[in-house]
Amino acid sequence: MEFVQNFPFFCILLTLITAVITSVIGRRKAIYLTSLLITAVTAMTVCVLVYVLRTGESYAYMMGHFPAPWGNEIRVGVMEALMMTVFCFVMLFSFIGGMLPSIREIESTKYNIYCILVDLLLLALQALVYTNDLFTAYVFIEINTLAAAGLVMMRQKGRNLVAGVRYMMMNLIGSSLFLFGIVILYTITGHLLMVNIRQSVAALAATGEYKIPLTIVVAMVTVGLALKSALYPFEKWLPGAYSNATPSVAAMLSSLVSKGYIFLLIKFYVRVIGFDVICNMGILDILFILGMLGMIVGSVSAVRAKTTRLMIAYSSVAQIGYIFTAIGLRSEIGIICALWHSAAHAATKSMLFISCAEMDDACGGTHLRKHLKGAFYHSPLLALAFSLGAINLVGVPLLSVFMTKITLVQAAIDVGGRHMGLVLIAVAISTLLNAVYFLGTTVNLFTPTKEGDEVLRPTVRKNPFTSVALVGMIVLNLAMGLLSQPILSALAEGLKNFA
Amino acid sequence: MAKNKLFARVNAWLDDETGGLERVMEAAQEQAAAPDIEELTPAEKRWAQEELEEERRIEAAMNDWTEKKGKPFVKALYNVLCVAVCVTMIALLLYTVTTLPHFGDPNHPINNEVSARYIEKGLQETGAVNIVTGMILDYRAFDTLGESSVLFTAAMVVLFLLRKDKNSARHSQLAQAMDLNPHSDTYYEPKNDIILQKTATILVPVVLLLGVYVVLNGHLSPGGGFSGGAIMGAGLILYVTAFGFAQMRKFFTYKLYQRIVLAALLTYAISKCYSFYTGANHIHSIIPLGTPGAILSSGLILVLNICVGFIVTCTMYCFYAVFRKGEL
Repeated sequence: MEFVQNFPFFCILLTLITAVITSVIGRRKAIYLTSLLITAVTAMTVCVLVYVLRTGESYAYMMGHFPAPWGNEIRVGVMEALMMTVFCFVMLFSFIGGMLPSIREIESTKYNIYCILVDLLLLALQALVYTNDLFTAYVFIEINTLAAAGLVMMRQKGRNLVAGVRYMMMNLIGSSLFLFGIVILYTITGHLLMVNIRQSVAALAATGEYKIPLTIVVAMVTVGLALKSALYPFEKWLPGAYSNATPSVAAMLSSLVSKGYIFLLIKFYVRVIGFDVICNMGILDILFILGMLGMIVGSVSAVRAKTTRLMIAYSSVAQIGYIFTAIGLRSEIGIICALWHSAAHAATKSMLFISCAEMDDACGGTHLRKHLKGAFYHSPLLALAFSLGAINLVGVPLLSVFMTKITLVQAAIDVGGRHMGLVLIAVAISTLLNAVYFLGTTVNLFTPTKEGDEVLRPTVRKNPFTSVALVGMIVLNLAMGLLSQPILSALAEGLKNFA
Repeated sequence: MAKNKLFARVNAWLDDETGGLERVMEAAQEQAAAPDIEELTPAEKRWAQEELEEERRIEAAMNDWTEKKGKPFVKALYNVLCVAVCVTMIALLLYTVTTLPHFGDPNHPINNEVSARYIEKGLQETGAVNIVTGMILDYRAFDTLGESSVLFTAAMVVLFLLRKDKNSARHSQLAQAMDLNPHSDTYYEPKNDIILQKTATILVPVVLLLGVYVVLNGHLSPGGGFSGGAIMGAGLILYVTAFGFAQMRKFFTYKLYQRIVLAALLTYAISKCYSFYTGANHIHSIIPLGTPGAILSSGLILVLNICVGFIVTCTMYCFYAVFRKGEL
């Protein structure tokens, strides 16, 4: 066993230990420690990624002295390492990028608790991505939910408290559905380890035994995780939570927390139940329809939104719709497309949230979109980052989301029939609406203000943290766009070892 | 046009951007906080004025419509849907249960090689007479580490939201609201109740001792860190109810709470670091299992039980104190 194979385990334990230590130190030390931790985890994850890309195989890592069906186990392959690398970079840049607003908005003596919750979010995310055991997944879903709800309430304003409670309730319903699902699944298969469940489920599917409980399990887990990742009819908690939280938190929630659940759902389909069994159940058709509805409804709400942050929040609903549509296509390319879009959207949305919050602040602390006119001329970097994110989400060639749309359409054409037509129409409408709201705002940023325009005086604050983070995010986005082919082929390779 | 307006109103009402609850809470908070006085240009003043008027007009129109038609209709719809969803869910789950394998059936899928090894080799491999403890603290120790972190996470969130901090310039808003209320929970709190105090004097030592026993004997008899910790936490809560927070603070402060949780979780994490590392890399672990049945046996399980016990005790007491008083 090579030493680098230990790194995922080191990351998980290191994160937990740091979180515990952070509970007794002051604000400045907490910031340093957390930044250092995220950097260290990122570096180690990159090492793991390089290692698994070289070997091209996934490996299981025993958490304890006992092998898998008895003890706990994590499993690391190309897919896990790749997603985790993107998530780590996004986390690092989101944490640094929103540093100053969070310091302004969070009570100073309790700032270390904010850092703890960020650490715990990272812990839960890693465990969800790496775990090979369904019950471990549930435990870390709980941590994820609690930490995320706490982070939403960090600002302690009325809106945040209400949004936090709403977030908490919806997410608890999701968690309990997931838990019921696991319990029933354990009763009919006798296992919690994902690989063993898959063997039992394959046998059950072949004989047709326990057909009803199996369907119920798949439905419950799907609904639970869809609720937590804000698929269309369950998205009511999302706008409030994303648009009122501090920028860092909004970036992390939209790009990491929901993506962790989506990754877990894909893992559940591919590794736990088996994709061929899922395809025979018809549940994917429902996801397909809801995903497309989400694409359109989210975009329409974004067009109607009055503030930039609300617009970005609603656009998340549309992007989640893309992911679920891709899953609903019942093809391997669809799954790859969903994973790719999770990563691409994570990188882009965090950049949008960070830059937009700072820009709102620079334009006089207001939220109305019209106030952003000419923002490029007083804060060029913010405006550039925002525009890059905006045109990326519209789908401009050479950037990451363009690849999503191409892959999605390609997968739909492969599937053919009704699916093809529906996807083509939905993607067309959604892209058009994306263009309306994102390009409108972007053009506004670059329009110089004239005499007599009712624009507040810009108050540009020096903010080196955000500048550094935004440069990092721009590089990350451009790199993902330019390297999209190799990453997609790595994901395709990884999917073979993933099951 | 009229239809469009109606739609807009319903939407605005359903969206939380113009929701009533947030507005009331924000208004209350803004009143409490001193308003920032800034110099405004005439254009900005006019703008602010216009925005305010527009907002008031919309709110008045919305409230009118809401009170007369919206609320009763949505309430009825909501009730019907609630009942329908719950009944469907209950029926579905009950039906599913009837299709599951029977409880106690020897051919039940859960009677497989996994539980067989736990039962047959559990004592030999973990050194714990209590198989359940062996399972949760040795075979599946990673899950239990996660569960302890759940308690830690919950405690941190609650402390963030509710703890009053004397050093902070602005107290936490919720804590302030608790202070301002003259008839808050503290009003009905029993003060120097002689019956309660005498009972507590007799009971608290026994309860705490029982808790310690359950924790320390976790690997030998039913019990363990979670149940023993809950008992000790209950003992502390009884003590504080009888003698008050001032008495409690003589030996249990926020600082002590922080240190105990820090030490317990760090011990847990670091000892598991060692055990996971040696396990995964197939290195021989130097931790002896001891003689099964002796109090000092079963390797790390005893230590972990004590850690979990401390975490659960502190978290329980912390929840009680912070929800009651906003401080430890």
